[in-house]
Amino acid sequence: MRIAVCLKRVPDTTARIVIAADGKSIDETGVKFVVNPYDEYAIEEALKLKEAAGAGETVAICLGGDAAQETLRTALAMGVDRAVLLQSAAGSDGLEVARALAAELKGGNFDLILFGKLAVDDYNHQVGPMVAELLELPCITSVAHLTVANGALEAEREIEGGIEVSTASLPAVLTCDKGLNSPRLPSLKGIMAAKKKPLEVKPVTLGAGSLTLLGLSLPPDRKPGQIVGEGADAVPALVKLLREEAKVI
Amino acid sequence: MPPFSGVDFYDLTSLLSEEERAVRDTVRQWVDERLMPIIGDCYVAGRFPKELIPGMAELGMLGANLPEAYGCAGLNSVAYGLIMQELERGDSGIRSFASVQGALVMYPIFAFGSEEQKRRWLPALAAGTDIGCFGLTEPDYGSNPAGMITTARQTADGWVLNGAKMWITNGSQATVAVVWAKTGELSDARSVRGFIVPADTKGFTARDQKGKLSLRASDTSELIFEDVQLPREAILPASGGLKSPLMCLTQARYGISWGAVGAAMACYDEALRYAKNRIMFDRPIGQTQIQQVRLADMLTEITKAQLLALQLGRLKDAGRMTPQQVSLAKRNNVDMACECAREARRLLGANGILAEYHSMRHLANLESVYTYEGTHDMHSLILGESVTGLAAF
Ligand SMILES: Cc1cc2nc3c(=O)[nH]c(=O)nc-3n(C[C@H](O)[C@H](O)[C@H](O)COP(=O)(O)OP(=O)(O)OC[C@H]3O[C@@H](n4cnc5c(N)ncnc54)[C@H](O)[C@@H]3O)c2cc1C
Repeated sequence: MRIAVCLKRVPDTTARIVIAADGKSIDETGVKFVVNPYDEYAIEEALKLKEAAGAGETVAICLGGDAAQETLRTALAMGVDRAVLLQSAAGSDGLEVARALAAELKGGNFDLILFGKLAVDDYNHQVGPMVAELLELPCITSVAHLTVANGALEAEREIEGGIEVSTASLPAVLTCDKGLNSPRLPSLKGIMAAKKKPLEVKPVTLGAGSLTLLGLSLPPDRKPGQIVGEGADAVPALVKLLREEAKVI
Repeated sequence: MPPFSGVDFYDLTSLLSEEERAVRDTVRQWVDERLMPIIGDCYVAGRFPKELIPGMAELGMLGANLPEAYGCAGLNSVAYGLIMQELERGDSGIRSFASVQGALVMYPIFAFGSEEQKRRWLPALAAGTDIGCFGLTEPDYGSNPAGMITTARQTADGWVLNGAKMWITNGSQATVAVVWAKTGELSDARSVRGFIVPADTKGFTARDQKGKLSLRASDTSELIFEDVQLPREAILPASGGLKSPLMCLTQARYGISWGAVGAAMACYDEALRYAKNRIMFDRPIGQTQIQQVRLADMLTEITKAQLLALQLGRLKDAGRMTPQQVSLAKRNNVDMACECAREARRLLGANGILAEYHSMRHLANLESVYTYEGTHDMHSLILGESVTGLAAF
């Protein structure tokens, strides 16, 4: 099994986000960056599939700035065999990012190319399916359960009110959802070993793209909560407010 | 509970290497996911969560600073210290388990053992399939281990061990004990040698000490040796004199000086959260000057202790750390953590006495940490001797 995992460096989901002076990016000072959480499912799945197959190679690929080397080393520490950094200022146009990734993946002879279903920093859900399209490969998104056997795969997606099952032949592109597995922590030995694994840095230039990011803004402050009373006596007042003011029931 | 994000007012993270940060973050997440959900119940029940051992071993937390050749992670001292910090952020008992296994059992086998002993024991201890304990303290010899009366007498085909050890962490669950005993006259502390004693050796028994109000999620036991026959190769060949167990203690104390910072960080974090949320007299208690002084004091002392631990680690990695420097850090950082835990407990009001919160558990635990591995007083005396050249003990 040859498996590629594409991953992105994103701010930790618990980080307090401050918008930078340009109004279009976030201020990175003091912000901790992590592997995009959905990409961790992709890494874990790749490792499990390789372990089950008993042979093969797992490759982590990331498009981003130099700091993303650390993100790739996290994947190496978890057990991925080698890593490639497509060195570029991060692009906000998903299609341009997909083009750069597809160019790297093409000719890599991968049986599977895994992504997270979305990156938590931009919520675009775009890059995985776009790469599949560019490489003319089948694509199943938001996979929550996967079996691979005899050159084909069966994937389950959790859809509204049920589960959708589909099959595809390999090679294929999948984007991974929560529930697919529980990602392992990088072990301390893995962290030490990661330093010695190959990490190739390839500068790339993204195309201009067709999207322009105009600006970022923070959501409005949440209004303070309201305590209407305590115990059973408060229930009628609460129901009234939920119905008339909040209009949720 | 939200994931722990540390306390780092002086951006000391920027002084850590990428690997050191990765090690810290792995252990931090492990503690959040595996230890925090169960520690309160374990503490109340007086139970060491031994189900966590395989996970700790798998991540490489046991003897993490020893070489890869023996199945260990081969980390530097700072990364090792960060593991202790993060474990003790959870609970001093779990950190004690890791300290004993790594610094007091694996280290002496590594430092004083034969190649055969290292190959037999280190990989198994790193994998958590063997559990170790360290027997130095005796009922009548605590701060003064030189007076110990446990003896190892040489016979035609080995050794016979007699005596008792007390307050031994991991004692009842250990599969192997590193035991210190006199091989010569009772008056001769230079005759102290280390022995590897498998727990199933005839004549060796371990009994849990009951009624502890501190370190309740850790086993503490009494070890009894009645004519325990050991083969010749049970002795740690390169051990010699009291200096050998003291070298082990230096390793463990080094880890404790980091661990205490972790406990203090947990208490500060809890106090800060509580101060912002608890409304009394129509405003958060965090908006009162008294609670702000509490928080400012805790933050200041934690930051100072972090710097002490980090520089101590850099000295250790450079091969320049002295036992006296370790004494200073153990003494300061544990005392600091005791103070933080007490102040945090008080800031939490009545909630502060519950096991659901963490500060009182840390407070009670830290009283043991204050006493073991050289009491606070003994470290004062070590420092006093170091600066005056005059021993007062
Ligand atoms: C939970 C726990 C776990 C432990 N685990 C281990 C273990 O795994 N292995 C092990 O070998 N030991 C272990 N110990 C033992 C620990 O190291 C001893 O308790 C410690 O060394 C103190 O000895 P003591 O309790 O006999 O106190 P003592 O030595 O009797 O001291 C009593 C008091 O007198 C003070 N004092 C002593 N001498 C002097 C002096 N010269 N001048 C001024 N004051 C003095 C002390 O500071 C203290 O306040 C553990 C202890 C505890 C509580």
